[in-house]
Formats: sequence, structure tokens, C-alpha cells
Amino acid sequence: MTEFLQRWMPVDGSAHGAELDYMTGLLHWLMAVLFVGWALYFLYVLFRFRAGANPKASYTGVKSNFSSYVEVGIVVAEVILLVAFAIPAWARWVTPHDPTDNPLMVRVVGQQFAWNMHYPGPDGVFGPSDPHLVDEATNPIGLDRSGAGARDDVVTINQLHLPVDRPVTLLLSTKDVIHSFSLPTMRVKQDAIPGMEIPVHFKPVMTTPEESRFPACAAAKNCWEIACAQLCGLGHYRMRGFFMVHEEADFDSWMGEQVAAVLAEFPEPEATEVAAPAAEPAAMDEGHGEHDDHASH
Amino acid sequence: MSVPEKQPAAVAEHHGHHEEPFWKKYIFSQDHKVIGLQYGITALFFLMFGFCLMLLMRWQLAFPGKPVPLLGGLASMSRLFIYGALLILAIAAVYLLRGRATGAVRGLAVAVVTLASVFLFVTLVARLLSDANAPGGIILPEFYNQLGAMHGTIMVFLAVVPLLVGAFGNYVLPLQIGAPDMAFPKLNMASYWCYLPGGLVMLMSFFVPGGAANSGWTSYPPLSNIATQGQTWWLFGMVLLITSSLLGSVNFITTVFQLRAKGLSFMRLPFFCWAQLVTSFLLLLAFPPLEAAGILQLADRLLGTSFFMPSGLVVSGQVLDVAGGGSPLLWQHLFWFLAHPEVYVLILPAMGIVAEVIANNTRKPLWGYKAMVYATIFLGFMSFIVWAHHMFLTGMGTSISAFFQTTTMIISVPSVVILTALLISLWGGSIRFNTPMLFALAFLPMFGIGGLTGLPLGLAPSDIHLHDTYYVIGHFHYVVAPGTIFAIFAGIYYWFPKFTGRKMSEALGKLHFWPSLIAINCVFMPMFIQGLAGVSRRLYDGGQQYAHAQEVLHWNAFMSAGAYMLLLAQIPFIFNFFWSMRRGEKVGANPWQATTLEWAAAPSPPVAHGNFPQVPVVVRGPYEYSPPDEDVEFLPQHTPQQA
Repeated sequence: MTEFLQRWMPVDGSAHGAELDYMTGLLHWLMAVLFVGWALYFLYVLFRFRAGANPKASYTGVKSNFSSYVEVGIVVAEVILLVAFAIPAWARWVTPHDPTDNPLMVRVVGQQFAWNMHYPGPDGVFGPSDPHLVDEATNPIGLDRSGAGARDDVVTINQLHLPVDRPVTLLLSTKDVIHSFSLPTMRVKQDAIPGMEIPVHFKPVMTTPEESRFPACAAAKNCWEIACAQLCGLGHYRMRGFFMVHEEADFDSWMGEQVAAVLAEFPEPEATEVAAPAAEPAAMDEGHGEHDDHASH
Repeated sequence: MSVPEKQPAAVAEHHGHHEEPFWKKYIFSQDHKVIGLQYGITALFFLMFGFCLMLLMRWQLAFPGKPVPLLGGLASMSRLFIYGALLILAIAAVYLLRGRATGAVRGLAVAVVTLASVFLFVTLVARLLSDANAPGGIILPEFYNQLGAMHGTIMVFLAVVPLLVGAFGNYVLPLQIGAPDMAFPKLNMASYWCYLPGGLVMLMSFFVPGGAANSGWTSYPPLSNIATQGQTWWLFGMVLLITSSLLGSVNFITTVFQLRAKGLSFMRLPFFCWAQLVTSFLLLLAFPPLEAAGILQLADRLLGTSFFMPSGLVVSGQVLDVAGGGSPLLWQHLFWFLAHPEVYVLILPAMGIVAEVIANNTRKPLWGYKAMVYATIFLGFMSFIVWAHHMFLTGMGTSISAFFQTTTMIISVPSVVILTALLISLWGGSIRFNTPMLFALAFLPMFGIGGLTGLPLGLAPSDIHLHDTYYVIGHFHYVVAPGTIFAIFAGIYYWFPKFTGRKMSEALGKLHFWPSLIAINCVFMPMFIQGLAGVSRRLYDGGQQYAHAQEVLHWNAFMSAGAYMLLLAQIPFIFNFFWSMRRGEKVGANPWQATTLEWAAAPSPPVAHGNFPQVPVVVRGPYEYSPPDEDVEFLPQHTPQQA
């Protein structure tokens, strides 16, 4: 069934997606069995008990308890799906990566109608941002380049680059209204809600095929995409970004180019030594640390 | 509408009532039957209007950027024609309602009313395609979002709920429990007179600057807080509609508790009454949070509060000047705290109608009546603790999601019990396939598809990929369109003889049913495929931009063709509905040989004041069809005068 449904589903390049797809397949098995069973019964009854064939109805009708067994069967199937699949799978989905696995942290800031990616740069520290510094043309997330750790931060618009086989934690937020960050080829979807920063944990395990990378993919319409899944205004339908999963080395060289470019654009202020913290992003615990039931901060 | 006018004058005189003035009898009526018909006619209008909004959307989805055909010329037509048509319609309608016209003059007046009504309705839809919304007939994204938001709002709050509760509930429930009227007739009138202005406010909002609300029927802030003034109209409209529902629900509950006929114990209530009773509790308890939320959003928009607005928002490069500190999620919780029980408001009365029609046309009692009643009550309770399954992707942790997934699985059980009982009720029946029965039967598999496709959405992990895709649209439309709306059709065909004393045409009914069944599946089935592909809902171009949608885009034209077929399939119904009012086959009090009081104890239509010629006393359960050891085919609920 999973393979049958995957005829229509996008490819899945994530570590967790197979489990979700498998569960979707199981659920569709349950649905199919119930629907076909009911439908066969239904058609048979309509034929057999049509007034022409059965002029006198039976007052009592069915006396067996067969339907109770069916209902119990449905309950059992649902309990299994819930306890063995749904709850554990969700728990895994929201569990932060182990910091020792060196997860890549990226802030993703939605806005009408684009996705801004904010990489912390080599120092692993996200610079502060301030809504009053927002300039849609030059500084869409209002990054304060003079703030601690901000100088080497890399900001891209509508382009998310990730390395393969390394855990990723996206810290999802939005500047204006609710958006929903969706990576169909990664089985990732998460609402971005104003006033909250919501972590999303996953691990790409497949690199984006050459022909699905931006910009080459645009003409053939086979890009790996970022979609907005929540109505966010009149440009909702075109709030589309691209994401590319690279080999680790390719990702590092891409990141190196980006960092070199920003460092050239924002030269180090004279004599002010910004102590670069260690590469481990200790300062980011508030983003991916203990995570309560409603990850509002 | 000339339905109640045909009240037999002799009966009215018999009860010693003098003729009431026109406005009191038809406009500000306190009679549950007239109010039920007012609700029904108004809601059918909105059903058609909401359907037309969908047809416009489906045009844009199938042919993005192409001008809407046919309606373009009407959009820019002079208003004089509209005023003229309105005047002619009013004159002809009043002339007809006075009931003195005969022969050819009457036929002419009917023709004039028909033409003027059709003209005005088409013009209303065409005028939506103004230059601000659709220059040259090409629908703009701003307008598409209005269509989406208002299609949902109108269908749920102005069409389906008013039909199920306002129309069928109002008309049928007092009759089924043997009551002379609702407990609070004035409240009943007030309910309709909150509903109608609510609907008019929603309609008018299309014509204010910026157009109607465009933030989805869910109206999530901050988008809705910063939306054009149509959103304010939407909120005022909602406050009126909610007030209307609250007035109605209080009335229904009181009526069922206080006005049941002697001998009509709760376990002798027809299932339809149970469905209405539980529905009323849902409305009563679930709507106030949304009314409060609506008022809070009004305050955010008009008074500068920030209930739903956090600090530091930047819209179009400008920092929003709001106090901040609010939470957009608060709205979602308040909204879904209503809107999930609302799903059962949309489905329980529909099940009630289906149960009545199935019992009557299988000629046997409902199987598992008590289990159905308990399941309905349980469903009502559970519907209050599943709401956040609409919000799995708002940043929910393990334990909260486990809770809502569990309650969601639990609530599927009573739905299965009711559906199973209805299916098993068919076994051993002597099934008559008349039009009401066809619609009621079709409800079962259609609702089944709707319910089953809720499973992968109700479990959070499988919801990740499908959330906010067309899979969701397919799922709830199967519940509400070929589910609930088919049940509504079943109810119209079934109770039409009670409203008018005449039957609707069976041949036209079948011409309505079969094409509708095929067309509606063409509209909704491909949505599951698009949803699996990951195509998001609410996309102005139906997903043209997206690579992952390319393989399934071709379904858009197919689904739209289905929608236009569905429109054509409604023509036999509309014609049948009006034609049968005067030309339908005349029937007696109980043309379906039914057991329940509205058929067995009251004439068709019922007595204008008091419903029943004699107050019925109930002596048995609701569905005594084919009783053993009796030589009658059915036993009415009240003391049998004759079999």
C-alpha cells in the first residue's frame, strides 16, 4: 500500500519519512479493508432486500453480534496504530537531536511571501536581530551586524542549503503572519507562528539530484521546494523557496563562499575584538533545549 | 414562497383564529413551521450562492488567468436593470402571495417571478467580478482568497447548519415530539431575525472596499487582524450568526425537555430528535468561545488591543504599531473549540435525517436504536476534547499530541457505531428505492469515505505530510457535501409533502440524484491524489508554481468539469422544488406510511396553529414497522385510530 500511495507522493529524502509513509500506508490498508467490506455488504443488502424481492420486512433484523466484533476489531486496530506507531513516531519527531551529533542549526524566518534562512556562520552563534533594523531590500530579518556573533552570519532568501547525513534543526519563526514551512520531499511541515520560535528536527539522507537543484531545475519544474502550506495572504500561492541537500564537502565549500562574501561586505570594525565562542553552539539552548508541550518561548 | 399560504383555510377557521396580516404571518412569524421554511428558503439561497463561489474558484483552478466566461458582460451592466428587476419581482411576488390570481395571469406572474429571480441571482454572482476583483473577468489572488474564505463561511454558517437545524429542526422537531410549537416562539423568531441580517452582512461585505473577508473561514490572526475591512464585516456577521444559533439552541433544548407529548419518553424519541437535542447542546456550549473570540478580534481590529498580536511584527517592511503581547494561538484554540463540535453539528442532524428515511423505507425498526442514542450523546461529549487535532503542527509536544490523538481515535468509535447501525438496519428490510432513500443510502458510503480519510489526518505523524493539503479538502468535503448535503436532499424530498401537501416528482428526483452522485465524486475523489502529492490548499493557481504538483495538476480541469456537471445536476432539483409546490402529486397526511407523529398525527401541511387536530398521546417507540403478530404493516407512535 505504501508503494501504491508513493506513486503520487514526492520522493522522500529524509531519515524519518519512511516511518511516516509506512504509517500512512498502514492507515490506508485499514481504510481500504473497512470500505471494501462495508461496500460489499451494502451492495449485497440493497440487492437482496429490495422491496421486490423481500416484500415483508423482518422486524428484528440482524440478531448476530458480528458487527460488535467488527467494531472491536476497529478499536484494536486503532489502539495499535496509536500506541505502536503514532505516539512514538511523534515523540521521535519532536525530540531534539543529540548535541554530540553536531546538528546544523538554521533559523528560518517566514514573511509575506518569502523564506529567509539565517545560518550562524563559523562561530556557531546567531547574531541578534531587531525588527527596527528590517530593510526588505538589504536586511530582511533585521540582523544586527554589530551584535555578538553576527558578523559572519549568512542570510539567504528562499534558498536552503543543507548537508546530507547530518542532523538539522531549523528554528522556525515568522516576521508577520502565520506561515507553514513545508518540504514535501523531506516529509517536513511545521507552522511558523508569530511570537514563537519552533524547532524542527530532521536529517536529510539523500542529496538533491543535480536536475532538481535551483536554478537548473526551474525550467523543467522538478525542483526540491519549500512550500508555504498555510494561507498567508494574496501571494501565498507563490511563496515558494528551494532547498538543496549537498554532500558534506560541497556544503562546506558553499558555506565557505557565503561566509567569505559577508566578511568582505562587513569588514571587522577596528580594534573591537569580538571573542568568537567555540564552534559548539552553546548559546542556542533556548532554541533546541528542553522542549515543553507547547514549544512557545 | 407560497408554501404556508396553502394552509387549508377551513382548519384555521376551525380553530377560531382570524386571518393574520401578511407581515405577521410570513415575515415576523412566530410559528415554527413558517420560521422553518424561512430558514430553509434563505439557507437554500445561500447554499446556491456558496456553490457559485466555488464554481468561480474552480474556474480559476482549472484555467488560471483565463477570464471567467459568460458572466463578464453582466458584471458591468447598469444598475438600473437590477433596480427594475427588483421592482418587477416585488410587484409580482406580492401579487402572487395575495393569492387571488388565477389562470393565465397567474402563470404570467409566476414566469415573471422566476425570470426576475434567476436574473437577479446571476447578476449578483456576476457583480462579484468587478474590476477590483476580476479585471476583464480574470480572477485576482485577492478575490480568490475572498472566494475561499466566504465559500467556507457561507456553506457552514449560512447554508448547512441553518438547513439542518434552523429549517429541519424547527419544522420537524416540534411535530415529531407532538408539540404545538417551540417552547419560545418569540425567541425562535429572534433567531431567524439574527440569522438573516448576519447573512446580509456577509453578502454586503463583498461590496465594501477591499471586498469580503479573505483570511480563510478560519480567520487566523495576525493575517485576519491586518486584513481589509471585509474582515470586520465578517466578524459582525459571525456575532449575529452565533447569537442566532444560541437563541435557537436554548429553544430546542427547552422544547425537547418540556413539550414532548404525553407518553413520549426519551427512549421513544425519533432518532432525529436525539440528534437535534445533542446538536443544540453542542451549539450552546461551543459557540460562546467563538463569539468571545470574534469580539476580541473586533477589539484588536477596531480598538487597538492585541489579544492575538505578539510584539515585534514587521509587515511589508514596517514595524506594526500594536501593543503586542498577545498570542495568535489563542485564536486557534478558541476557534477550533467551536469548530470541531461544529463538525458534529454538521453531521449529527444529517445522521438523524438519514435514520428517519432509512427506517421508513426499509419498513423495519432501526437496528441498535439505543446504541445509536448513547453513541450520539458520547459523540457530543467527546467532540469538546478533540479540537487541537487541527493544530498538530503548531509546535505541539508529545504528551499533548498523544492526548488529542487518543481522543480523536476514541471519537471515531461512536461514529462507527452509528454508521454500522444504519448499515445493519438495512438487513432484513423491504427496501423502497424512492428519491429520499437514494440520497439517504448514498450518504452512508460517502460519509464513510469522509470519516475514513480522517484517520491519517487525526494521527499526528501521518498528518505531517497531508496537513493543509488537498487531502484535507477531500476529507471534509466528503463528510459535508456528499455526506451532509445529500442527507439534506433526502430530508427535502422526504418532508416536502409535509411542508406542502404535495410530493416532489420521483423521475426528476432520480435525474437529480444519479448525476449528482457521479459529479460530486469527480469533484472530490482526485483531491486525495493531489493531497498525497503534497499540493497545498488555498493556492490561487492550484499549484502551478510547484514542481511537486506538476504530475497531478491535470486533475484540476477534471474536478472543475465535475463541478460544472454538479451545477447542471441541480437544475432538475430546483425545477422540481418549485414546480411541485403547486403541480406535484397531491398526497394525504402520511404518504410514506410513516410511524412518527409528524406524519401519522398531523395533516399535510400541519394545522396552522397547534400542528395537530388532536393532541397525540404516544404509546410506543418511533419505528414500529412490520410489527410481528399484527396484521398491520406499521403502527404509528400515538394511539392508533386506524392502521
